[in-house]
Amino acid sequence: MSVRILFLGPLRDLAGQDDMQVEGTLDWDRLLQTVSPLVAAQLREERVNIACKGRVLADKTALLAEDGDEVALLPPVSGG
Amino acid sequence: MSIGEALAAFNASYPDAGGTASFVGKVRSDNDVKALELTHYEPLTLPGMEELAQAASEKFGLAGVLAWHRVGVMTPGQPIVLVAAAAAHRREAFDAVDFLMDHLKSASWFWKRERRGDGWHWIEPRDQDRRDLARWK
Repeated sequence: MSVRILFLGPLRDLAGQDDMQVEGTLDWDRLLQTVSPLVAAQLREERVNIACKGRVLADKTALLAEDGDEVALLPPVSGG
Repeated sequence: MSIGEALAAFNASYPDAGGTASFVGKVRSDNDVKALELTHYEPLTLPGMEELAQAASEKFGLAGVLAWHRVGVMTPGQPIVLVAAAAAHRREAFDAVDFLMDHLKSASWFWKRERRGDGWHWIEPRDQDRRDLARWK
């Protein structure tokens, strides 16, 4: 088992991949070190959200994902 | 099911409502747009739309609400989104559709990009979209 990091919308292009897997526990600091510097810069922006286990985090710096969890990186939305 | 069939079925489901209002959003062909792609994140997108429909229903006292949003690649003229509201009176139905669309445009879990002659471009909500959304706060 591992933590799956999912890149949504424009972050997928920036990351150059749909998703990646990391072993063990994933917190905010480790997430920033794991993704590319370009993606990390986006994550630090207020308008980018993070969901863990299907819930959007009120405070993304409090991220704590365990083995088997899915972490979704959510850039600004646009629908309709 | 076509948009016409969906609206007919929706309308028939609420025979006691005084009126039904609806909106269909389609892919525009301006700015040399060849195609539009919508993506979503299912664990958030569907629950979010269900919450939105529930919020609209409570806010405007609706008899019924319909909210459809497509994902995938669409071409100019094709429908992207369909919303409808059945209410006792027209104002609630019109306002509910307006409310639903403002939230689907800039506060629901969708990402949109369009393909023009020079490739794909991600689309972010316009300032107007954000102002439209802010009207309901």
